[in-house]
Amino acid sequence: MSSLLEARGVVKSFPGVKALRGVDLRLGAGEVLAVLGENGAGKSTLMKALAGVQAADGGEFLMNGDPVRVDTVRGAMAAGIALIHQELNMAGNLDVAANIFLGREFRKFGLVDDERMRREAVTYLKMVGLDVDPAVEVGTLPIGKQQLVEIAKALSVDAKVLIMDEPTSSLSQTEAEQLFVVVKDLVSRGVSIIYISHRLSEIVQIADRVTVLRDGENAGELAGDEITHGKMVQLMVGRDVDRFYQRTQHELGEVALEVKELRTTAYPEHAASFQVARGEVVGVAGLVGAGRTEMLEAMFGVMPALGGEVWVQGEKATIGAPREAIAAGLALVPEDRKTQGAILDMAVLENASLASLKRDARKGAFLNREAEEALAEKGIKDLSIRTPDAAQLVRYLSGGNQQKVVLAKWLAMKPKVLLLDEPTRGIDVGAKQEIYGLIEELAKQGMAILFVSSEMEEVMGLSDRVLVMHEGEVAGELKRGGITEEQIMSLATGGVSQELKV
Amino acid sequence: MKKILGILITLVAVYVLTAMVGDNFLSAYNQEKLLERTALFGILSIGVAFVIITGGIDLSIGSVVCLTGCGLPWLMVKHEWPPAIAVPMVLVVAALIGLSHGLLITKLNLQPFVVTLCGLLIYRGLTRGFTEDQTQGFGGEFSGLRAVANEKISLTAEFGIPWTWVILVVIAVMAWIFLNKTIYGRYLRALGNNEDAARFSGVNTDRMIILAYVFSSMLAGLGGMLFVMNVGSAQPSNFGNFYELYAIAAAVLGGCSLRGGEGTILGVVIGAAVMRVLYNMINLVTWIPTHIEFAVVGAVILVAVISDELVKRAAARRRVRG
Ligand SMILES: Nc1ncnc2c1ncn2[C@@H]1O[C@H](COP(=O)(O)OP(=O)(O)OP(=O)(O)O)[C@@H](O)[C@H]1O
Ligand SMILES: [Mg+2]
Repeated sequence: MSSLLEARGVVKSFPGVKALRGVDLRLGAGEVLAVLGENGAGKSTLMKALAGVQAADGGEFLMNGDPVRVDTVRGAMAAGIALIHQELNMAGNLDVAANIFLGREFRKFGLVDDERMRREAVTYLKMVGLDVDPAVEVGTLPIGKQQLVEIAKALSVDAKVLIMDEPTSSLSQTEAEQLFVVVKDLVSRGVSIIYISHRLSEIVQIADRVTVLRDGENAGELAGDEITHGKMVQLMVGRDVDRFYQRTQHELGEVALEVKELRTTAYPEHAASFQVARGEVVGVAGLVGAGRTEMLEAMFGVMPALGGEVWVQGEKATIGAPREAIAAGLALVPEDRKTQGAILDMAVLENASLASLKRDARKGAFLNREAEEALAEKGIKDLSIRTPDAAQLVRYLSGGNQQKVVLAKWLAMKPKVLLLDEPTRGIDVGAKQEIYGLIEELAKQGMAILFVSSEMEEVMGLSDRVLVMHEGEVAGELKRGGITEEQIMSLATGGVSQELKV
Repeated sequence: MKKILGILITLVAVYVLTAMVGDNFLSAYNQEKLLERTALFGILSIGVAFVIITGGIDLSIGSVVCLTGCGLPWLMVKHEWPPAIAVPMVLVVAALIGLSHGLLITKLNLQPFVVTLCGLLIYRGLTRGFTEDQTQGFGGEFSGLRAVANEKISLTAEFGIPWTWVILVVIAVMAWIFLNKTIYGRYLRALGNNEDAARFSGVNTDRMIILAYVFSSMLAGLGGMLFVMNVGSAQPSNFGNFYELYAIAAAVLGGCSLRGGEGTILGVVIGAAVMRVLYNMINLVTWIPTHIEFAVVGAVILVAVISDELVKRAAARRRVRG
C-alpha cells in the first residue's frame, strides 16, 4: 500500500527522559491506524511531533513521499496534519464558529465577520453530525460535543490526516459510538486517522491496523484479523494480562456509607439514596449528565447539596467543604485531573502527600520530609508511576501517569469510604489491572468503595453491585453475577427496569 | 540557588556599575543608608510576596504605609498614647485591613486587584482626613523608640549594621521557614498553583488566602511605622506613594510569578536591594537627571526580567541535550 504519511527515525528527548528513540510510522490513505502503548511509551510525544506542537529532535517526515517540515503547527497544517489534543484545547468563552476559525477569522472591512463564520461553520458541523447553533459558547456544550467541534475545526483546515489522542477518554458510551460513526464517515471521504486509546475494545472495532510503542521504540504491528485483545496486550506489556477483573468473595461488613435523599443542582427535584457496606465495591453507571459527578461532589462538599444526608459508619456527617468530608473519612478522586486532581507545577512528591500532610507527614506545623518521601515512593511503586524521580514536576509526566499520581494521593489517605470518579481514565491496560488489584485489596481490608465509570466493562467487571443512575435518581440496582450491558443501558436511559431489587 | 542566580547577577552588576560611576557610593554613610532602605523596602516586599504566591496582588501597601506611618505619631503625639499601646494598636489596625481584604476576596469572590485598589484609595483618603492633611511627626521626642529605625550596631568607627536590617533578617528567616518548612507554606504554594486541586485535597484555601493578605498588610504596617520612625515625620499626601509598586517590582524581580505558586524569600530581598541600589545610583550620578528615576527603574526591571527568561530557556535547552 502506498503510504500517505510516513515518519522515519523520530527521536525526542526531555530532561532525564528519552521519550522517542527512533520511531517509524506509516499511514495509508483512508486508513484508521491505532497507536498503542503503555503510559509514558511516547504516543502523545510522537503525535505532538507529527502535528508540529512540539518539534522532534530528529527524524524524517514524508507526505505522499515528499519530505515535509512539521516543526511548527502551521507547517503541519499546511501539510494537512491536524491534532485533536488529549486534553481539550478550546476557548470555552468563544462561540462555536469563533473556535472553528480561530486564527483564520473571516473579515469584512477589517472587522471580524461573525455572520459569515457562523454560516460557514455549519458546513463543517454537518460533516461531524453535530447539530448545534454555531453562535453558542463552546464552554456550555458537553465534552463530547466540544470534541466534535474540535474535529470540525480540523476539517475546516482541510486536514488529510486527523490525529486523535485519547478522544474517548472523557466520553460516554453513546458519545463514543457517535464519534465512531463520524470517524467511519471521515474515512469514506478519504481522511486518514491516527487513533490513540487505552480502550482496546474500541480499537478492535475501528482500527484497520495497529502499531505498538514500547519505551519510545516500535514494538510491533497488527493488521486485520490479528487485532485481538490478547495480541495487543501482549505487544504493549510484553506479557499476558489475564484474569483482568479478579474479584474474590469476601464477607461484607456493616454499612460504611449511607446516602439519604441526596439532591444536587443537576436535578433539583430528584433525590438519590443508597448504601455501601464495608468491603464492598459499588459501581455507578449511567449516561453522561445523569448527575453522577454532581452526586459525588455534593457528598464530598465540593458544591453544596440541595438536601439530603450522608452517614459514615453510622454517624451523620456535616459536610460543607472537602476538608470536612476528609475528616469524616471520605476521599474523592475527582473526574478532571488537570483542574481538580493534580497540581501540575509541583513535584510528584508534593502532589502525592498533599492530602495526607496534615495527618501523616508533619511534626507540629513542620513538614516531615522522610514521611513524605516514604509516601511518594510507595505511590510510585504501588502504581508503577513512570517518572525519573519523585522531584519531577507532574506537568512533565504522560497523561496516564498524571492520573496515577492523583490516585496515589488518595490511596495514601486510607479513607473509610473511597469515592472515585472515572478512576482509570487514560490508564493503560497493565496499570489498570494493577489498580483493580489495589481496589480489591483495599476492599478486602474493609474499605467501602464507590466508583463512577463510563466504561461498561469496568463497571461490570469490578463491582459487587451496580447502581444505575438516571436523572439524579438511582434507577436500579444490579447484583454481581446478574449484570448485563443491556440491563444497564435500559435502566440508564430510563427504560422499564428489570432489576433485581434487593 | 539556581532560581536566584539571575537576580544575584543583576544586583552585583548594578552595584559595581554604581560604584564606578557614582561619587561617594562606597562611603560608609551611603552604604549604611542603602542597607537601611533595603531593609525597609524588603519588609514590604516579603509581605506582598505572600499574596503574589497565592496568585493575588496587593495594591494597598503604599496607602497602608501612609496610614500607619502617619497614624503612629498622630496617636503618640496628638493623642499622647504611650508607645507600648500605640505600636500594637497600629499593627492590629493593619491586620484588620488585611483581614478585610482577605474576607472580601475569598467569601465574596471579589478580585484582589479591585479590592486592594479600593484600599489604596480609601486608606490614603482616610489618613488625609483624620490628620486634616497636616504633617505628623515626633517633634524630636521618642528617641528611644526611634532608635530601632535609625541606630546601628557599630562595626568600625564609621560603619555599622542598621537595626532595621536585623528586623529584616528575622522576618525573612521566619518567612522562609514558613514557606519552605511548614505544611502551611506548602498549602500556600499548592493553592497558588491550582486552587481547586488544593481545596479537593482538604486544604482550607480561604483561610490560607486570608492569612496571606493579613501578612501583607501587617508587614506594610510594620514598614510604615519603621519608615516614620526613621525619618521623623510623615506627610499624609505623599508618604508611601508608589511603595506598592516598588514592593511588587522587587517580588517579581526576585522570582515571584504573578500567575501564583512561585517565589523565594531570598530572591525577593535581593530584588528589593536591586531597587534601592538603582535609586541610589540615580541620585548620586550627577549626569542622570533625578526626575527620570521611574524610567530608569522601569527599564532595568524589564531588562532583568527579559534576561532571566532568556537564561531559563537556554538552561532548558542545555538540560535537554545533556
Ligand atoms: N514536556 C516534557 N518534559 C519532560 N518529560 C516529558 C515531557 N512530555 C513527556 N515527557 C515524558 O516522555 C515520556 C512519554 O510521554 P508521552 O506523553 O508521549 O506518553 P504517552 O505514551 O502519551 O502516555 P499516556 O498513555 O499516559 O498518555 C514520558 O516518560 C513522559 O514523562
Ligand atoms: Mg498520552
